[in-house]
Amino acid sequence: MISEELDIANKNVPARNDNGPVQYVNELTTLNLGPTHPATHGIFQNVLQMDGEKIVSGEQTIGYIHRAFEKIAERRPFYQITTLTDRMNYCSSPINNMGWHMTVEKLLGIEVPKRAQYIRVIMMELARLADHLVCNGILGVDTGAFTGFLYIYQERENIYEIYEEVCGARLTTNMGRIGGMERDLSPTAIRKIKELIPRFRKVLTEFENLFNRNRIFMDRIVGVGGISAERALSYGFTGPNLRAAGVDYDVRVMNPYSSYEDFEFDIPVGQSGDTYDRFMVRNEEMWQSLRILEQAINNLPEGSYYADAPQYYLPPKQEVYRNMEALIYHFKIVMGEIDAPAGEVYHAVEGGNGELGFYLISDGGRTPYRLHFRRPCFIYYQAYPEMCKGLTLSDAIVIMSSMNVIAGELDA
Amino acid sequence: MLTNEEVAQTIINQFGEAVGDFDDPYDLLTFSTSREQIIPLISYLKDHKTLQFGFLTDITAVHYPDSPGREFCVVYHLHSLINNFRLRIKVYLSKEDIHIPTAVPLFAGANWMERETFDLFGVIFDGHPDLRRILNMEEMDYHPMRREYPLEDATREDKIDALFGR
Repeated sequence: MISEELDIANKNVPARNDNGPVQYVNELTTLNLGPTHPATHGIFQNVLQMDGEKIVSGEQTIGYIHRAFEKIAERRPFYQITTLTDRMNYCSSPINNMGWHMTVEKLLGIEVPKRAQYIRVIMMELARLADHLVCNGILGVDTGAFTGFLYIYQERENIYEIYEEVCGARLTTNMGRIGGMERDLSPTAIRKIKELIPRFRKVLTEFENLFNRNRIFMDRIVGVGGISAERALSYGFTGPNLRAAGVDYDVRVMNPYSSYEDFEFDIPVGQSGDTYDRFMVRNEEMWQSLRILEQAINNLPEGSYYADAPQYYLPPKQEVYRNMEALIYHFKIVMGEIDAPAGEVYHAVEGGNGELGFYLISDGGRTPYRLHFRRPCFIYYQAYPEMCKGLTLSDAIVIMSSMNVIAGELDA
Repeated sequence: MLTNEEVAQTIINQFGEAVGDFDDPYDLLTFSTSREQIIPLISYLKDHKTLQFGFLTDITAVHYPDSPGREFCVVYHLHSLINNFRLRIKVYLSKEDIHIPTAVPLFAGANWMERETFDLFGVIFDGHPDLRRILNMEEMDYHPMRREYPLEDATREDKIDALFGR
């Protein structure tokens, strides 16, 4: 017998008939998945309407960690925006950093030397590896398979050690500079990257052996949360989620940036856009990232790691101590006294989740007039209720996990 | 490969006076149109046999408080994946009348982009199925990305101005 209070909470309860028994047709349960639920990996509220075990409809509330980055950016010199971009997709912050720096370089018209471009590619691919690693590992955890996660998480730690070697920070890296990199790759960093590649391949093989044809895992994710290519395009999906649906759109290939045209790699494409395809596309992308990484580290060109643009490139600290010109430029850049030319730029990079775009309008001042982030998470998360429709709650968990929704990027 | 001139010419041939301000900053074809023409224009570009702008990259807005009559600029970024060609459409609105038709019937993804633009700038998308705030609280009674609102929360009274350089 359902209580009076619950009846009021349910909108679709039919009027109670005083004479006969209560009819329970069309009665839906409202279930709050989140805001803080261990399986949402972040703060998202999903209000699901359930008919028994089936999800009838859902509605998301986002914005729990909205930090108004676009507004803050309007008051910050270009260098200080780096730290904001770090905190969007915090699973792969180097990609955000490099994307931002490339946007500013496009605005300023700075040509970055080949070596710096290759180092950027290396860092971005390491970030992609770390991002996909977390996503796929956690998908395993959400289906109850903790072992795979334990096996591969050590490699993420090793990637973070490389970040640490390159820039001193692990999570919120700011290794890039406008015009190049903060510093060159040290011999230790190069050694660590070269050691990482074969070890990563081994671990990834082991991970695939655990999961790819695992009966329990496949039962949980095959045919779950599929989305057609047309719907995915209509929603504006990009990245692995779109490629799982069968569209081979990759910003690295369509609009190459930072010397991506020099490398040979394939775009893995799925067919049905279901959770299994998303998992497999991410897995295959890790293999491709390793290929790019190997090519980039073996063919690392000689030369400078920063462009000859002293007005914009923050000089190395050792120079600042010894050289008057460097001290002056350091001061002017840090105080944000150097104006950028007026202009309007859209630059996109392939982030961990897809097309991460920076729309920057400069009015010739020291800060952007308007900065808008095209965040892939924000755009595809709205398809989540449609993808869950008619499935069970346990399916909803793996769909969210496989979409790789990152709270920081969603809310910005 | 499409060139900016070809695409611009195709659009001018179809829409004539309704489009203008053609420019290509950093090689991205940019032009503006009117509020009445924006939806016909996007659906024309989407359904065109060769252009096929079937991907909506982004919708956002910019506030120019100092240009009377065109204070708000709604910016659409479209992408033709087949031709690998991007373009940018702008619609200028005056602050007295910030209504613009919604693009949700054309692209499902426009839903949240428009909600975000509404939330941050107050641009009203007519015909939007669910035009509510998305990032900020429902209780907020202003649109924070407008230039008249300073970066710090102007509604707070617990901060002493002198200590914050205001």
